[in-house]
Amino acid sequence: MKNITETAKNTKIEELQNRLSELIEMAHTEKDAKEKKKLIGQISKCNGELERVKSGKLITRQTKRDLVAYSFIAPNFIGFCVFTLIPIIFAFALAFMNWDGSNPLSFEGLNNFRRLGGDTFFKAALKNTIIYCIGTVPLTMVASLALAIILNQKVFGRGIFRTLAFFPYVASLVAITSVWKLLFHPSKGPINNILYTYFHVSQENLPQWFSGGLCIVSMILFSVWKYMGYYMVIYLAGLQGISGELYEAASLDGAGTWAKFKYITWPQLSSTTFFVVVMLTINCFKIYDIAVMLAGGGSGELTTSATVLVYYIYQKAFIDWDLGYSSAVAMVLFVMVLAVTLIQFKLQADKEA
Amino acid sequence: MRSAHRKAILGKIVVYILLLVIAALMITPFLWMFSAAIKSDREVFKINPFVFIPEVPKWSNYKDIWTRIPFGRFVGNTFLLTIVVTVLQLLTSSFAAYSFAKLDFRHRKGLFLAYIATIAMPWQVYMVPQFILMRKMGLNDKLLAIICLQAFSAFGVFLMKQFYEGIPDELCEAARIDGMSEYQIYGTIMLPLSKPALATLLIFTFVNTWNDYLGPLIYLKSQDKKTIQLGLKMFISQYSSDYGLIMAGSMLSLIPVLIIFLCFQNYFVQGIASTGLKG
Repeated sequence: MKNITETAKNTKIEELQNRLSELIEMAHTEKDAKEKKKLIGQISKCNGELERVKSGKLITRQTKRDLVAYSFIAPNFIGFCVFTLIPIIFAFALAFMNWDGSNPLSFEGLNNFRRLGGDTFFKAALKNTIIYCIGTVPLTMVASLALAIILNQKVFGRGIFRTLAFFPYVASLVAITSVWKLLFHPSKGPINNILYTYFHVSQENLPQWFSGGLCIVSMILFSVWKYMGYYMVIYLAGLQGISGELYEAASLDGAGTWAKFKYITWPQLSSTTFFVVVMLTINCFKIYDIAVMLAGGGSGELTTSATVLVYYIYQKAFIDWDLGYSSAVAMVLFVMVLAVTLIQFKLQADKEA
Repeated sequence: MRSAHRKAILGKIVVYILLLVIAALMITPFLWMFSAAIKSDREVFKINPFVFIPEVPKWSNYKDIWTRIPFGRFVGNTFLLTIVVTVLQLLTSSFAAYSFAKLDFRHRKGLFLAYIATIAMPWQVYMVPQFILMRKMGLNDKLLAIICLQAFSAFGVFLMKQFYEGIPDELCEAARIDGMSEYQIYGTIMLPLSKPALATLLIFTFVNTWNDYLGPLIYLKSQDKKTIQLGLKMFISQYSSDYGLIMAGSMLSLIPVLIIFLCFQNYFVQGIASTGLKG
């Protein structure tokens, strides 16, 4: 029995060796770089197999290395697959279905998307979300860049200022919006009180910060306040990557502060700005809690003047149990985020080319 | 020369004025919150004259909030969730990231692509199917659901991988020649070196989990499972004119994140700079 396996092994080795020399021969003569790469890959595979047969072990060294690598990835990847990847695939499918969560699913084709066109609440949510993004993204970007530039200079106590600027970001929304709602309380809040006492705004003209058309403006201002500290840190990291020599050279050429910003800081920060704008846009489209907490009624319900896409997704899914339709709204959110990201990528690539 | 000097001083003054204005804008709501938390409901809105600390500070607000709602329970739940999620996130992310950054194996690119593809995908897009799936697994109204939801993010793997790639490969090679296993290299070399990235991820994960509202709102229905954010929101809508108590509860809910942030913030800018988070 042993003899037979021994012979089988030897023939196998011979076979592999022949194949190997054949492959090496081919690789030598091959001109096309891509084909050559493929051949080299095959050679190393063949080598590994040869080694495995020779040593008589069940697994090759490469397989062993793979297993070690997979063991590192597995804990995260299994969780990631089950709780992120599968739901994402499910979300795409669900947008074309009709389902209430318990009865059998039915395929609807594009019906859910057709329904969107005639849905005024959806249109209001879409419009508000876009207005909110258009207001928040540039304002936050400019504010955080300005703050980062100031705090990148040698100023007294800049560590404290950096920490302070980050406070609103780490503070929980529930807590901090409750303060804002009191500060901007339409009849009793200190802000309106100051407007009334010192600026003589009449009682009926006092701004209703969290209802009607002003609501989105308040949401934008609040978001800039809350998130500028975070993007400031990212800009600070970007600023620290710019070599000081550039500024020295510019000083020698007699460049002023504005010229330095225009010709050095801004172009050098272009990849940081790209990242900031993409992250900001994605985060703005996701807005939900800010709207619910600033403009929501007692149980968090939003009217058409303050409703946003994620609120509608939540509402349709968990209140109305219209899961397919809710997923269709989610797809609109996804497509918008994707479009913004792709446009930004394109602009960034053009700039670098 | 003289005028240039004067201009520089003038510039400095403008910078400081700007800084003070910004700092005031940032800190005022917090100071106001602190002040309102020790006032009675009638004193909260008094601004003429405004007193920062009232003559008779109502410290009892901080005590009453624990009995008016099961605040202790909410705090306990939130601590449990946040600590478990943060530990899991740091461990599994750095583990996977080491493999992606420093090991050569089959399907590396493909697997990493799965992570990259989902990083720009808002959670809100797939939160509904995720809920259905978790409900099927019997996780509805269980704290475990929030752990599963938060602990395995693509973001963490991405952040750690970026950092590990900045560490020279030669370090690992040398350790391999010395006969160290990959697990030893990860534990004794990589992990201690990656403190800035770990601190950054820790701040993000801790803050996000502690402050999360929509996740717990979807999953945690019963009173004794609620987190501090849900509990506080519930209190605000029930007792909307107990301003002092609302502010006291809000103050208390901020303390843990502020402590975590102040402890680890020194690593933070460094971490952001070295993990490629700046783009």
